Amino acid sequence: MGGIAVAGIGKRFGATTALAEVTLEVAAGEFVALVGPSGCGKTTLMRIIAGIERPDAGQVRIGARDVTPLRPADRDVAMVFQSYALYPHLTVRQNIAVPLTMRGLPAWHRLPLAGALLPGARAARARIAQEVARVAEPLGLSALLDRRPAQLSGGQRQRVALARAVIRRPAAFLMDEPLSNLDAALRVQTRREIVEIHRRAGAATLYVTHDQAEALTMADRVAVMLGGRILQVAPPEAIYADPVDLRVAAFIGSPRINTLAAEADAGGQVRVAGLATGLRARAPGPVTLALRPEALRPAAQGLPVAAEHVEFLGDGLLLHARHLPDGAPLVARLDPASPGRVAPGERLALEFDPARALLFGADGARLPTAPAGVAAYA
Amino acid sequence: MSLALGTAARPRLSAGAMEALAGWALMLPATIAFLAMLLLPTLATVLLAFTDYELGAAAPAWIGLANFADMLTDRGLRTSARNTLAYVGIVAPASVLGGLGLALLVEAGARGRAFFRAVFFLPVVSLSVAMASAWQYLLHPTIGPLNAELRALGLPTPFWLSSSDTVLLSLAAIGIWENIGFTMVLFMAGLTAIPRELYAAAAVDGARGAWDRFRLVTWPLLGPTTLFVVVISLVRALRVFDTVAVLTQGGPNKASEVLLWTMYQEGFTYLRLGYSAAITLVFLVVVLALMALQTRVLDRRVHYG
Repeated sequence: MGGIAVAGIGKRFGATTALAEVTLEVAAGEFVALVGPSGCGKTTLMRIIAGIERPDAGQVRIGARDVTPLRPADRDVAMVFQSYALYPHLTVRQNIAVPLTMRGLPAWHRLPLAGALLPGARAARARIAQEVARVAEPLGLSALLDRRPAQLSGGQRQRVALARAVIRRPAAFLMDEPLSNLDAALRVQTRREIVEIHRRAGAATLYVTHDQAEALTMADRVAVMLGGRILQVAPPEAIYADPVDLRVAAFIGSPRINTLAAEADAGGQVRVAGLATGLRARAPGPVTLALRPEALRPAAQGLPVAAEHVEFLGDGLLLHARHLPDGAPLVARLDPASPGRVAPGERLALEFDPARALLFGADGARLPTAPAGVAAYA
Repeated sequence: MSLALGTAARPRLSAGAMEALAGWALMLPATIAFLAMLLLPTLATVLLAFTDYELGAAAPAWIGLANFADMLTDRGLRTSARNTLAYVGIVAPASVLGGLGLALLVEAGARGRAFFRAVFFLPVVSLSVAMASAWQYLLHPTIGPLNAELRALGLPTPFWLSSSDTVLLSLAAIGIWENIGFTMVLFMAGLTAIPRELYAAAAVDGARGAWDRFRLVTWPLLGPTTLFVVVISLVRALRVFDTVAVLTQGGPNKASEVLLWTMYQEGFTYLRLGYSAAITLVFLVVVLALMALQTRVLDRRVHYG
């Protein structure tokens, strides 16, 4: 069992490069979320894996087979489309059965009248009906089998699309933003269902989304894509805590990671507006200091800021402030019990845990950090 | 704005009544045109159909269903009806299937869509009387290019428009040529309305070739378009007149006599307006029946809403 493996995929549309040298592997049974902003090329990559688009360069392997020259029908993949792409003239039952009828029955069996009369067709049809019942039941579609898609709600249509994808037990599932047309409550519920379906089927699943919350909550590994390149592939925790690129750090996490312009001096000591931070970089030069909101807390000494306003979230507080030397916005996630009211304009200091600070070079690449061994904020 | 002023000037009318009045006023030109050009002439035709009115004769007499009884025994009319059916039976299916085929070919092509659409649509917008003269030349037994080709190939050279064996076929060919661009454009519009995602889904679901895609997606989703095209093609073929009037005038030996030509002859050559009106009425009923078939029966089966 091979799962999905793409190597060196390139794709251009006219003068724009949609994908550049994309390499990604999804092991059998693994759930990988491909996340990135709109237009980053993630849907194009998925369509190339499905065989709907041809890559200009590179290779696609599914189930240990090189499928690059094959038609979608011969690739052993199933796909759930953002629009669900249900056939409007077919009932739910027929929609779910399409992958089996198209493959299981030869063309002349599918003719309206002849199909019923030919030997073997009856048995094949009975087998298909059984399979439809098998996949419809756990998705709660049993009572809807004779309806047409137009008579279903968005959530029900989405389930029909899922049922159609799982019925043939393919080697790979491709899901293109399957939840983006659902309302918020249904989306959270369906996340779990999709993960369940993935577990039961045990195939390799590649899940495209622009919603980082979906990616982080559902996936075994997350691939972050920006501008036609995959920047990092790692488990959700590592993507969040240990991003390799400033763009990954900025894309993942809400509220957005705080960034401060900093300078490593001749000794490697990282200073923000002249203030020592207790961090050391390998080489001198301009760097970016990135801090998750939860890595900041008010203290007697630290980064000098002016408070702007406080958001109460129930389980926490978000303190929005401005870094005084350069006016950079900073957000700190605080324990709701910790401080008293912070008045707008109030000056205070925020310290951070050096172990949770991230340093990025001028090109956006992650830099290793080490404690400077000197007093911070001096 | 003006409505508000009007209400102020004439307080007796409420704002709602004023709006209704304005609505009627705006509809007036269209209403007059509809009454004068369509409804009243149709009513007049219906009334005439039950009289023995002949142009120039004394006051028409009310003769009930006599005109319709005459139609049943009129051998000329029977020929005419049979010819019309044969003509429709050739032209309508050929226009529908040919238009669909052309639309699929043009849509599948990477380039030249606008060019081919324009080329095939030209006959629809050209004047059919003028085009008929061109056909007369093309099909001319001795100087026509078609027979010149056939002669060069050593094939028989029929008298296309002047032999009773071939005249209806020749007219049908011209009819197809006139209609196919129209049906093609309608089908092309229908094709562009099919979501691309469905073809992608069909490909992933196991559609391996053009026929699978056509059966699973194109044909079912073209259903509403096809229904409309079938009805419009039937009606357009039933209405055949221009080419007959210019090229054959029903001849030779009534071999190309069609319903509208017979009606025209009865009304404007023999001046039997009552009888002509009766034929028109039958024609109208057939057309309306086709339209009713479309809206009442078939519409429900091809819309998947």
